[in-house]
Amino acid sequence: MTEGLVKETIYGNFFKETLSNIQPEWLKDLREKSFAVFTAKGFPTLKDEDWKYTNLAQLVREQFTIRKNENIDAKKISQLFSETENENRVVFANGIFNAELTNISDLPEGARVLNLGEAVEDETFGVTVREHLGKFVNAETNGFTALNTAFLNEGVFIFIAKNTRVETPIHIAFVADGEAASFPRVLVVAERGSEVTLIESYLRTGEAKYFTNSIIEIVLADDAKLKHTRVQRESHAAFHVTTTAASLNRASVYDSTNITLGARLSRHDINVKFNAEGAEAFVDGLYLVSEEQHADTHSVIDHAVPNCVSHQNYKGIVDEKARAVFNGKVFVRENASGTDAQQSNKNLLLSNDARVDTKPQLEIFNDDVKCAHGATVGQLEEEELFYLLSRGLNEDLARNLLTYGFAEEIINKIEIESIKKQLDEAVLNRLHANLEA
Amino acid sequence: MSTAVELLANREYKYGFTTDIETETIAKGLSEDTVRLISRKKNEPEWLLNFRLKAYRHWLTMKLPDNWANFHYPNIDFQNISYYSAPKQKAKKQSLDEVDPELLRTFEKLGIPLTEQKMLANVAVDAVFDSVSVATTYKKKLLEAGVIFCSFTEAVADYPELIQKYLGSVVPSSDNYYAALNAAVFSDGSFVFIPKGVKCPMELSTYFRINTQDSGQFERTLIVAEEGGYVAYNEGCTAPQFDTNQLHAAVVELVALDNSEIKYSTVQNWYAGDESGKGGIYNFVTKRGACRGRNSKISWTQVETGSAITWKYPSVILQGDNSIGEFYSVALTNNAQVADTGTKMIHLGKNTKSTIISKGISAGKSNNSYRGLVKVMPKAEGARNYTQCDSMLIGQSCEANTFPYIEVMNSSAKVEHEATTSKISEEQLFYLQQRGLSQEDSVSLIINGFCKEVFKELPMEYAVEAQKLLGLKLEGSVG
Repeated sequence: MTEGLVKETIYGNFFKETLSNIQPEWLKDLREKSFAVFTAKGFPTLKDEDWKYTNLAQLVREQFTIRKNENIDAKKISQLFSETENENRVVFANGIFNAELTNISDLPEGARVLNLGEAVEDETFGVTVREHLGKFVNAETNGFTALNTAFLNEGVFIFIAKNTRVETPIHIAFVADGEAASFPRVLVVAERGSEVTLIESYLRTGEAKYFTNSIIEIVLADDAKLKHTRVQRESHAAFHVTTTAASLNRASVYDSTNITLGARLSRHDINVKFNAEGAEAFVDGLYLVSEEQHADTHSVIDHAVPNCVSHQNYKGIVDEKARAVFNGKVFVRENASGTDAQQSNKNLLLSNDARVDTKPQLEIFNDDVKCAHGATVGQLEEEELFYLLSRGLNEDLARNLLTYGFAEEIINKIEIESIKKQLDEAVLNRLHANLEA
Repeated sequence: MSTAVELLANREYKYGFTTDIETETIAKGLSEDTVRLISRKKNEPEWLLNFRLKAYRHWLTMKLPDNWANFHYPNIDFQNISYYSAPKQKAKKQSLDEVDPELLRTFEKLGIPLTEQKMLANVAVDAVFDSVSVATTYKKKLLEAGVIFCSFTEAVADYPELIQKYLGSVVPSSDNYYAALNAAVFSDGSFVFIPKGVKCPMELSTYFRINTQDSGQFERTLIVAEEGGYVAYNEGCTAPQFDTNQLHAAVVELVALDNSEIKYSTVQNWYAGDESGKGGIYNFVTKRGACRGRNSKISWTQVETGSAITWKYPSVILQGDNSIGEFYSVALTNNAQVADTGTKMIHLGKNTKSTIISKGISAGKSNNSYRGLVKVMPKAEGARNYTQCDSMLIGQSCEANTFPYIEVMNSSAKVEHEATTSKISEEQLFYLQQRGLSQEDSVSLIINGFCKEVFKELPMEYAVEAQKLLGLKLEGSVG
């Protein structure tokens, strides 16, 4: 089936179906415009420089059902979460908000979590949503951003009022139950001096083939602080394409940790833009892939104004026939004096069939900057391995320990115990660790 | 800091003059007839004409890729270029005395005392004036050692089997747009052949010079080192000042067999255009070496200071086991210059090693990019790469970019890339100035320190020249 046909039948028909109910008018316009962009552009191809290493042929061929809310297994989904963890939980099943599984009881006054569909029409927040929605991720960037915006309906709007400190993290979980395509959307508006921890996770009940295409937009007002932990654990048959965009105002701090474990094919675009001086961003990540997984990370850090600091530390472990792509762009614009931008991408290549393509890219238009980037591709150090073997560890264990050590720096950034534990297990299990042996 | 350095940077191009010499130039335009005419003028054999025609026909099917670069460049009207221009030549000259005195004066102005070089520099110079080689020195001495060093045209006549064997074997005529164009219309160039076990007794050097307004120069250089051979080849360039842009699309092919080594150094200082970017040379070059044999080594060193636009990626294909590829580069841009340069290291053989050291200095409103590829293929067990690319920015309006592509398909490979960006700090300048150095000398000293790792790879005379060149080029840009 050709790409054009897919657009016609699946996305096209669905789009026509939903269009009539869209309110308000501005949203309808945005969605129609975005769908027209998708129809014109289609999905990116290898000829697009930004997609040069990620072949979407398989995804383009697939025909997903778009909505499948009726028969979700709520019990099975609830088992995916830790019962002891203290968190505000918002659950989406197959991209649809699920009230039954959602529990946001532990929010202070000033913090609001709303279904995006409702927020759009809300008297108080409608204006705020309209002001920010779609402003940080341009729907016209590529076929995926266009598609998500065209289907913009289900999602979350998080609003943290001025000087509000949210103690208990807000966890947004996107759970896939069966085969479907979903287009969730998140908008976070953190007002001046507010503080919040956001967890964004992608989970599944089984090993189905499905497609998640999400966009997260975050805007931090002056002095706002946001900690963002993203854990992607889609099924190994799934397709996952996400864009995260953060817009930083004066002296705000955005600290993100992005963990990629799942999906047959995943692509994460992360865009951080500095709009005012004194802001700081941490964009860290770990991708750990094996089998025939393909994990692609594209980041853009845009120093548009003076005196901002960015730190980027991405690590990758690539095993079996997996393939990892990292492309990190750092722009320092003409007037952005006093910029400090550091970027590092280190990769462990554990198999001869695995492949890493990395491109740390700097574009600098100002001389008063401190910029450095580095990238490495290598394997475990023979000497370190020898040392552990000489201490009586067996080889598998020694390798696992060293591999874990490589990833630990990123995992340790995560403060939420249940997630950290899951990750520890995931890393060690994925590496066939046999700690008891 | 202000005016002193600005003054420096705006110094006029020192080598901007044209030589009044009778040249034979064919009419502008490009067609199959042009290709045939060039071939006929050069009395080429049938196989070479066919090589050209095949390349030309392929070129017609090719399109310039659009939007790949992060800068704009004007469309080039390929019909508005004269593809052949030769100084009128009578019989072959046996000594320099017979060379047109006007031509010799040009070289003298450039500071290349060709007549003295025989005695002083121990360097054989194959001076290419526009398209045809006019004087070759030391040929005899080299021949005694078994080394062939001659113009490409002569090589076609005298060693057709070698040319047939290696021409287009590293850079196929279909490789890219400008390589195809070059293969169709190349005029002349140099050919070097180092036979088995021979270490070339002297460093070889060619001076290229573009003269004749509007004549694109399409050089073709081929260097082959047989088993155990060694050669160091130096290339330096200057060009007269013109207002209309001139296209230079050269192709350089290097072939290194078992245990051989080729060291290729370039100092490029062609006319860069005026302050606003008017005029200047377009330097679109394809340079590639193939380490075919075991333990072979190819080393590229370049100092790029001229041209309005430079596109150049001297590359090494590391086929032989244990082979080594090196790339040392200093690229300096000022005013409206654009330099997009870097290298490709393709690791195919086992235990192949590559080193990339790139230093970019951008001043004025210029755009300086490192664009490189390190590719480790699945069978390249134990491949190793180290890349360091540093940029230095001078002023608020310039641009320094890094586009390193790293593709690794073997788990025993080790690839490291690091890059930094810096500027000349007030503290450094202050320190040097309070020690009594002038601002200009201080800047020059800092820049030379920044580039030291590359300069030490150059032959001494070149290193001296290069250091002076950087100082000259940067005059006035720090302030």
